[in-house]
Amino acid sequence: MNIELIVFFIFSSLLVLSSLAVILINNPVKSAIYLVSSFFFSAVLWLLLNAEFLSIILILVYVGAVMVLFLFVVMMLDINTTEARDGFVKYLPIGILVFISIAGILSFFFYTQFSDINEDITYSINIIGEDNTKNLGYVLYTEYILAFEIAAILLLLGIISAITLTQQKSISNKYQNPSEQVNIKKSERLKIMKDKEEKL
Amino acid sequence: MNIFITLINILLDIILVAVPLFLIVAYTTYSERKIIGFMQSRMGPNRVGPSGFLQPIADVIKLLTKEIIIPSNANRGLFLTAPIIMLVPSFLVWSVIPLSEYFVIANINAGLLFILALTSLSVYGVILAGWSSNSKYAFLGSMRSAAQIIAYEIAMGFALVGVLMAAGSLNLQSIIESQRGGLFNWYWLPLFPLFLIYLISGIAETNRAPFDVSEGESEIVAGFHVEYSGVAFAMFFLAEYMNLILISILTSIMFFGGWLSPFEGTFINSFFEWIPGFVWLAIKTLFFIFIFLWLRATLPRYRYDQIMRLGWKIFLPITIIWIFLEGIMIYYKVGPWFIV
Repeated sequence: MNIELIVFFIFSSLLVLSSLAVILINNPVKSAIYLVSSFFFSAVLWLLLNAEFLSIILILVYVGAVMVLFLFVVMMLDINTTEARDGFVKYLPIGILVFISIAGILSFFFYTQFSDINEDITYSINIIGEDNTKNLGYVLYTEYILAFEIAAILLLLGIISAITLTQQKSISNKYQNPSEQVNIKKSERLKIMKDKEEKL
Repeated sequence: MNIFITLINILLDIILVAVPLFLIVAYTTYSERKIIGFMQSRMGPNRVGPSGFLQPIADVIKLLTKEIIIPSNANRGLFLTAPIIMLVPSFLVWSVIPLSEYFVIANINAGLLFILALTSLSVYGVILAGWSSNSKYAFLGSMRSAAQIIAYEIAMGFALVGVLMAAGSLNLQSIIESQRGGLFNWYWLPLFPLFLIYLISGIAETNRAPFDVSEGESEIVAGFHVEYSGVAFAMFFLAEYMNLILISILTSIMFFGGWLSPFEGTFINSFFEWIPGFVWLAIKTLFFIFIFLWLRATLPRYRYDQIMRLGWKIFLPITIIWIFLEGIMIYYKVGPWFIV
């Protein structure tokens, strides 16, 4: 038994456990934390596959940015945990249905597409060097340039639509005008009063 | 057996980095109090040992022997793990920092990305500490800090993208190697706006003055760590100073040539060849640490909306424009941005 296999088994079981904890724990902040830890464990699994770029990007993007915002929102919400648990039995049949259909689709896909796992799936990719990051960048900007650019435009659309949704001007919205603040003059703020009593 | 020897080697390397790091952190706090004291015409610590030199050790003993008080209704588990979450990434980053030409614990190819990923994690410690202490001040501090760190992390990441474009590598040793050729070949000159943005965002990332709204003594007592005492507080303290040293050393690696000598390529260089690379790196790092302390003594705290405006509306557009320009320069092979 080599060391990679041991590491794989440790981290994949941790991944399964923390993913279960995400849905079974009734404190929303704690389940967000378990989601973070499950991202970590899957990053370790990718690292075992020598995909160091992807695993670090997983931590950087999902753990470092997405989950921070998620946690931020979850903390501010006042979620009644007992109420959230009430619907568990009610939604259980739908949950099981979704689970079975996703598991079925995935296992069908893997069974038909990758039935022979010894087949080299990297055959069509031009490898330009040892460096994983360089290879990925090369492939993204040559072979998959169209898909890559479309993904970028989708993200841009997402940003713009989020901003337009929140940018509705309301009367209660107070904001500072920085150029007005910088250009303020002493005479606008200060008024020097002469005290007549002083001369006595 | 071979694995065993490798493990012992790695362990020795870690001790070689971690123990001096603790001492440096301790004496950074001492020098901070001394320097700010002198800047404000005070003496600073001067009771323990000759001119207060043993003050940090006394502080450590004091913090270690104090009780950890857990507030009522606090989330006990998260309250105690938050300082650890804060401390671990700031330790872990040191594993990829090249301290000299020959010494780095892990010389990995994606070193720059590794640093970006790990420095983005320390915000969890702040958020969880603020939330789990069940205190309004702590919660306000952590909310402020989370928004601020997210805002400046993007500008910081983009500044480093400029560095990796110029160096053509993510490996920290080759980033330093590509700056060879003396003071004017280091990246602070061709990437000057990015250097300034990196330095300022670094201050904002470490929650230090003038961006210390998450602590803001005069507004919210002590911010996210107001409920912490004893060792737990010491861990936040340690993490903060470790991040301070880390930002300084990263600035010197990315923009000031790391362990390279500033006199390379000139006739003076032969006089300085006996100086090991580590000394140059230490001098540069200490210079940036001094700048951090200096800023804390000089500048008043930023207002919160000004911080957000600076991060999103000024730094982010400048970095994007500079990266775009740099891309054009590299495409048309214009030096010094383009390296043959």
